Amino acid sequence: MIAAIAFYLFAAVLIASAVMVVTSRNPVHSVLFLILAFFNAAALFLLAGAEFLAMILVIVYVGAVAVLFLFVVMMLDVDFSAVREGFQKYAPVGGAVGAILFLELVLVFGSWTFAEEAGALRVNPMPIGVDNTRAIGRILYTDHVWLFQLAGLILLVAMIGAIVLTLRGRATSKRQDISKQVNRLGSVNLRQVRSGAGLAEIGIERPPVDPPPAPKQVEHHGGGHH
Amino acid sequence: MLAIGLAHYLTVGAVLFVLGILGIFLNRKNIIVILMSVELILLSVNLNLVAFSARLNDLTGQIFAMLILTVAAAEAAIGLAIVVIHYRNRGTIEVDDVSTLKG
Repeated sequence: MIAAIAFYLFAAVLIASAVMVVTSRNPVHSVLFLILAFFNAAALFLLAGAEFLAMILVIVYVGAVAVLFLFVVMMLDVDFSAVREGFQKYAPVGGAVGAILFLELVLVFGSWTFAEEAGALRVNPMPIGVDNTRAIGRILYTDHVWLFQLAGLILLVAMIGAIVLTLRGRATSKRQDISKQVNRLGSVNLRQVRSGAGLAEIGIERPPVDPPPAPKQVEHHGGGHH
Repeated sequence: MLAIGLAHYLTVGAVLFVLGILGIFLNRKNIIVILMSVELILLSVNLNLVAFSARLNDLTGQIFAMLILTVAAAEAAIGLAIVVIHYRNRGTIEVDDVSTLKG
């Protein structure tokens, strides 16, 4: 009874906040409603018994992805009133596509049933008396370790891609230019120094100083007054 | 009605999926909201996987949902990076303006 009431509450808030994400005028509000939607989806996961996935959803989505969205929305200085144009124009097409899609989904889910042997075909049956996190860990690091490694590889590629895309070569950053170093002339030379000679005898070797620029010649235009 | 089964979760997932599709159509001017709609779609897929996992008592669905979560996070990072550099180059995030590659 309590679980049913909780399910309907969380599902209602989830769908309402999803509607607000899509139709909100201000993208900042959209991001905040997206966070609310993720929280409610995590609650639905909890009700379904997937505790680990619910916590991961809160940590990854609310803690990282939604904050990333918020950061980008606030960083870009976008004229949001102009962004809203075309909402009315595309509403009929979008509504028609959405209605057809929803009808198809209802037809599929309504006419579909489990196979007779579905219970026997389970790959990883939930062990009895083991909590969800431990059960996932047992199979994630053993049977599905390649999937785990693949997930890590995807994240690595995404990280490198995001850095490479947004990195700007700044003029102020100091970098080593090897060809310039190798091609330097005159600033380094070898000198035979008598053994035991001090600085007072040799003197300090200083790099050659460029002669000061010659003073600019004032151009005399023909016909000027003297 | 009061017993929460697979059908309830599938209905919520279907509504969420349709809302995500609708968001892509409605917000043709704002790429960021389109990316958020894609996140909603992936969330609905995860909801379906978890619902089936709970119904069948099979953990594979949850493992798969974790992979989808990873891909969604990577997609958000890359997508937002592309939005940022596009805004830097063109000064707008309207979808209709993205026509540089058009012949």
